[in-house]
Amino acid sequence: MRIDLNTADSDWFKLRLNRVVYTVIIAFLILFARLFYLQILEGEALRRQSASNSIRLQHIDPPRGLIFDRHHNLLADNRPAFNLRITPKDARPIDDILKKVATYLGVDPAAVAAKVKRARGVPSYKPVVLLADINRNQLATFETHKYDLPGVSVSVKSQRQYLNATEVVHIIGYMSEINASELKQRKYARYRGGDRIGKSGVEKALEHVLKGKRGGRQVEVNATGQVVGVLKTVDARPGNSVYLTIDLALQKKASQLMAGRAGAVVAMDPRNGEILALVSSPSYDPNAFVSGMSSETWAKLLTNPLHPLVNKAIRGEYPPASTYKIITAMAGLEEGLVDVETEFFCPGYYKFGDRTFRCWKKTGHGNVNIVRALAESCDVFFYHLGQLLGIDRLSWYARSFGLGAATGLDLDREAKGLVATAGWKKQRTGRAWQKGETLNAAIGQGYNLTTPLQMAVVIAAMANGGKRFRPLILKQVQNSAGEVLFKSKPELLGRLPVSKTTFALVKQGLYEAVNTAGGTAWKVRARQVSVSGKTGTAQVVARSQDENGSPKKKTRYEFRDHAWFVGFGPSEAPRIAVAVIVEHGGHGSSVAAPVVMELIETYIKIIKR
Amino acid sequence: MIDRRLIKNFDWGLLGLTLTLAALGAAMIYSAVTAGAQTSIKTLYLRQLIWYGVGLMAMLVVFFFNYKLLERWAYGIYIGCLILLVGVLLFGTTGGGSKRWLAFGPLSLQPSEIAKIGVVIVLARYYSSYATTRGFSLRYLLRPMLLTLIPCGLIVVQPDLGTAMMIILIAGSMTLFAKIQRRAMAYILSAGALIVPLVWFFLKGYQKQRILTFLNPDLDPLGAGYHIIQSKIAIGSGMLTGKGFLKGTQNALAFLPEQHTDFIFSVLAEEWGFIGSAGLLILFLVFIVWALNVANGCRDPFGIILAVGLTSMIFWPTVVNIGMVMGLMPVVGVPLPLISYGGSSTVTTMICVGILININMRRFMRS
Repeated sequence: MRIDLNTADSDWFKLRLNRVVYTVIIAFLILFARLFYLQILEGEALRRQSASNSIRLQHIDPPRGLIFDRHHNLLADNRPAFNLRITPKDARPIDDILKKVATYLGVDPAAVAAKVKRARGVPSYKPVVLLADINRNQLATFETHKYDLPGVSVSVKSQRQYLNATEVVHIIGYMSEINASELKQRKYARYRGGDRIGKSGVEKALEHVLKGKRGGRQVEVNATGQVVGVLKTVDARPGNSVYLTIDLALQKKASQLMAGRAGAVVAMDPRNGEILALVSSPSYDPNAFVSGMSSETWAKLLTNPLHPLVNKAIRGEYPPASTYKIITAMAGLEEGLVDVETEFFCPGYYKFGDRTFRCWKKTGHGNVNIVRALAESCDVFFYHLGQLLGIDRLSWYARSFGLGAATGLDLDREAKGLVATAGWKKQRTGRAWQKGETLNAAIGQGYNLTTPLQMAVVIAAMANGGKRFRPLILKQVQNSAGEVLFKSKPELLGRLPVSKTTFALVKQGLYEAVNTAGGTAWKVRARQVSVSGKTGTAQVVARSQDENGSPKKKTRYEFRDHAWFVGFGPSEAPRIAVAVIVEHGGHGSSVAAPVVMELIETYIKIIKR
Repeated sequence: MIDRRLIKNFDWGLLGLTLTLAALGAAMIYSAVTAGAQTSIKTLYLRQLIWYGVGLMAMLVVFFFNYKLLERWAYGIYIGCLILLVGVLLFGTTGGGSKRWLAFGPLSLQPSEIAKIGVVIVLARYYSSYATTRGFSLRYLLRPMLLTLIPCGLIVVQPDLGTAMMIILIAGSMTLFAKIQRRAMAYILSAGALIVPLVWFFLKGYQKQRILTFLNPDLDPLGAGYHIIQSKIAIGSGMLTGKGFLKGTQNALAFLPEQHTDFIFSVLAEEWGFIGSAGLLILFLVFIVWALNVANGCRDPFGIILAVGLTSMIFWPTVVNIGMVMGLMPVVGVPLPLISYGGSSTVTTMICVGILININMRRFMRS
């Protein structure tokens, strides 16, 4: 029992409860008063407003940010597109009006009617698009018959337009309507059905930068749905413009050189990782996506055996072939297994157990050291080296060069490639690694796969003294007022784990591959710039031999070898590093190397201007 | 356990009022989801009927326990609620940008609703054991403040500002009822007057914008501001007698957002006019005064304060929701008890009613 005189007993609480009841009643009286005001005093006016549904919300779409190259050349622009729309509520009788629209504009009446039918369930005061992106003649026809077509209107929308489209499409990407599964994703939370979003390339990667913010206005409309007054407006915020690291002139040159071939080109500034050109061939026209593509065109693109839709520069995975010898050479030198004095004899083949591994040069190279082995791409030298290294040591070096992992370029769905190890094979196939497979790996054949972009990062690191930069595609972002919001900076991913002497020797090999008479790219060397580089010829099918031991002629396109060349120039102070692959092109020296030579020459001319 | 006196003292009036409101709610949800064009939600009223059923069963379970057990279990229940709230943050499912639900098989639960009851019970225990006619000093208010702010913090980060605010309003009402000393009151008010401008100073531009929009929906003419305009048109256009059941045009043309949850009152006011909506207001008023009368009949301080807390759990969302849709208050996502669609809110409200009836049944019993 509490004996405090101040103890709160139920009588005290009853007094307090009375106050609570008064408070509740006052609160409800306020609500009653408001209800009375709205429904009785203002009721008639508000009833009228509800009858005409006169206050509506209109969206103002922000203009999307533009895309430029590094020299402010326009790559993606916006143009006005006119959509013919019908507001079912205001178009009565709707069937007659639809028929008239079809006759005036010369379109299929059934297709137009189907558009309205499909929009059933949407409130009838909301306009339905009958014809998207009508042409000037159709627009003129509509304007003359406007008064015969109540409820039909034309809206202007800004539509994406790509310049130099086929040359840059794999970088820029394209836009299309957001689909159901994308709408559920968190990053598209603010989007709604019918919105267009970037579906690939920069358009997708930088969607949030380019998009801008939607605005809108509250408007008052009359009985036929025409706007009679604007009540309130919230302006749209235009999207930010992006400046890419791409050099359009170089990009054009690269796609011109790749015309008629399947493959990819990646050119990079070795000083900072900026991508100067990135081409995947064959290409396609993204403008076709903008105004809706016919299903035949789409099916053709999808079934084309040369896969124009795939960005081979970042998605294509190829055996690195002899370009991989750069890594084998570094590993061998760095592990102290060979030095500049070490020579191996190349008789044109290498016997390993009961198997014979061939050098590409049947007559053999004779005695070769590491520099000549790189310059002349002697397979036998690298068989020796591979055997000394073992697969796991070799793979460790490959990984530290960035192979087997995405480079982190800001474009969608970059492939990782593959660096095989004994453990990987065991896990994958259940069988143990064969020593002979190490020999194949040492010359870049076998399981290993790389993307052209990865090889570009490797060769750029060779050019700049061992720095692996993250490849950059975005140079800067500006808002519509021209203020710079973001400027990209070089990002160092890592350094090649090799000493200066090792580095200098391998670089010498790359120099001699182009600049000495026996070098694999001597015949196609650039005349105005000194280039260093490495050829590669990736076998698509195992080196097959007939009874006499001579290779079969690889005549069928899909059995022909892939041609690689990775190089940089000028050799003494590199400004550009390039990786090129030509699918089923044949020899790296005769097919891929000339592309690199010409690109480097072009670029040097551009920067000297 | 149940003796005859308990049945004799059963509060049929409160049960009847609850069932009447629930029936009105079901009818309004039916109208809100069928008249509109959105086909995907047409079966929602059936699901709401199931929720009323679940609520009734929960109520039945509540009858069998003496409410005085709640005093003994107060902290256990409270900690259970906190665990659920932490569980939401860790394993909750996301909807509309916030993590509010915990899924138990086919059922999903909104622990923030249940947490309201937990806070009410724990505060009722605290205030009833320390209440004096002098009121509470600041020192004695620290613990209840902490007990309120912990769950509020967990709810704010979901984020669910509406429910967090409700808990503060409910706790505040209970504290005022238990009486605050004049000096303590002066301290609290002056501290508030100091902190608010200080916080404002540290807020970022967009956060300030959000608060301003909250206080004045007109600043967001494409969102809240537009919704309130349309809601006012809907309510006003109902006039005296309304447009008739299922005939509300604002609702049918989808001018109302969340017409089956937050804006359900607008649907009712449009279709049933002043007669219907004033009738609903009177029903709520009777319901709340009736519930306060339970406190009036109780002699046990815990029962009294508990009854006041439970009543405020029904009073605040009712007033805030109706005030909001009529443009009197900021736009907060608070459902109208028993009327709006929503399982957790419905079941929680019915558990409240169950406890109130329980208190009333046992008012003559000494334990």
